[in-house]
Amino acid sequence: MTIKEIQDEIVDEFSMFDDWMQRYEYIIELGKSLPLIDEQYKTEDNIIKGCQSKVWVHGEQNDDKVVFTADSDAILTKGIIAILIRAFSNQKASDILDANTDFIDEIGLKEHLSPTRANGLVSMIKQIKMYALAFSVKKI
Amino acid sequence: MLDIQKIRADFPILTQKVNGKQLVYFDNGATSQKPKVVIDAITKYYEEINANIHRGVHTLSQLATDAYEVSRGKIQNHINAKFPYEVIFTSGTTHSINAIANGFASILKVGDEVLVSALEHHSNIVPWQMLCEKTGAKLVVIPMNDEGELIISEFDKLLSDKTKVVTVNHISNALGTLNPIKYIIDKAHEVGAAVLIDGAQAVPHLKPDVQELDCDFYVFSGHKICGPTGVGILYGKEEWLRKLPPYQGGGEMIATVSFEKTTYADLPHKFEAGTPNIAGGIVLGTAIDYLNEIGFENIQAYEHELLEYGTKRLLEIEGLKIFGTAKEKTSVISFNIEGIHPYDIGTIIDKLGIAVRTGHHCAQPIMDFYQIPGTIRASFAFYNTKEEIDTFVEAVKKAKMMLS
Repeated sequence: MTIKEIQDEIVDEFSMFDDWMQRYEYIIELGKSLPLIDEQYKTEDNIIKGCQSKVWVHGEQNDDKVVFTADSDAILTKGIIAILIRAFSNQKASDILDANTDFIDEIGLKEHLSPTRANGLVSMIKQIKMYALAFSVKKI
Repeated sequence: MLDIQKIRADFPILTQKVNGKQLVYFDNGATSQKPKVVIDAITKYYEEINANIHRGVHTLSQLATDAYEVSRGKIQNHINAKFPYEVIFTSGTTHSINAIANGFASILKVGDEVLVSALEHHSNIVPWQMLCEKTGAKLVVIPMNDEGELIISEFDKLLSDKTKVVTVNHISNALGTLNPIKYIIDKAHEVGAAVLIDGAQAVPHLKPDVQELDCDFYVFSGHKICGPTGVGILYGKEEWLRKLPPYQGGGEMIATVSFEKTTYADLPHKFEAGTPNIAGGIVLGTAIDYLNEIGFENIQAYEHELLEYGTKRLLEIEGLKIFGTAKEKTSVISFNIEGIHPYDIGTIIDKLGIAVRTGHHCAQPIMDFYQIPGTIRASFAFYNTKEEIDTFVEAVKKAKMMLS
């Protein structure tokens, strides 16, 4: 599936929920089910320091795809990471670079990706794009 | 006794709905809300007497200057400073501390020591660290215990003739601990050290008497005491303010300027370079009048009731731990729930209309001491109610249920 298709699928899933509580409960579930980042990558280098919650992200190349793993110490942040990983992991570097995160707005989580929200997610997306950029340059 | 409903009616923002819920504002440690008299005074200043001060001969400039100086006098009275020129307007606590720390750059030498406490806000750590880097002086930390109190016997041991500055907050922002500053000031003076008291978290709850305390500097922000943001106070004893060089150069702080030499203006203008926050300065006086009308004794008694009630209610929640259990503390409750990140709780209860602070509260050393990423901090003001505490406790319970 393309990034756009996955994003549409996520938007579809979230449209079932009537209120914020259901959405948040789902995000918490996603956070709990996120495959954890390998301990060896949970390093100081891979840590993104939001003011409040910490985010670790690691990217590696698998054939022509970029695979991401990530983690956070806060469960809501982790849940949103799970959504982002689902959309961006296992995709071509060039597609990751072209993709946007508008779907987060559509599922009612826009405020979590606000640059003023001190949770590390904005920096995480930047980091995902940086990995994609690095891998796409390497290919050439 | 306070008529809380009458007081609440003074604060327009308290009727706001947030995320569809009635706002419960428990982030007073970060900034207080503003009563209508303060909001109106800002408008009135700009509508009626806005002009630059200490410069013009025209009527408006005189009116604005008079209002600004009247406010200085109110603040002088409020903190019982000996002279009005010992009260310097700044942009806030951070600015005040930086002004003093910079001033000491010309005084400190290699081997001198600056004592800070383990309970400080970053703004009372970093300027002194910068000073130490510049001068070769050493930053020495007064340790704290598990209750969040300073270990005074250790402070006694750390004091020596090397100690040149002691800088401590009156009340800890992260934990609410009320520090024994009178003892600290007297002891520090015995070795000839200057003492700065960061009063940012104290002035909303009490009326400091700088002469009785005998502190050399007392600093605070206007926005935490119902005043506007961008204005604060640096109180300094006359002898110190004369001794320290100015922090910023510019207009208003000079007596004469030529390219060869500039002589500085007298106090307080020496430390007030540039056009200040005139409206802010004037309105800070209005805010202080408002608080004094309610009365700090009343405020303290009522806030203590809120603290006791809030503590009792929160401790009903299983797995909840309060950080900062000092014998002497103000209406701040910093806590965590076992196994749940404070950010998650803050986010969920925000959806329920509740405003609290989560995170390290700009006091990372305290969080490191407890080995936690942060806490949830509820800080109550005199316009909060027990009913709001009930709503808050229910919200925390709901968040706990969702998150565990």
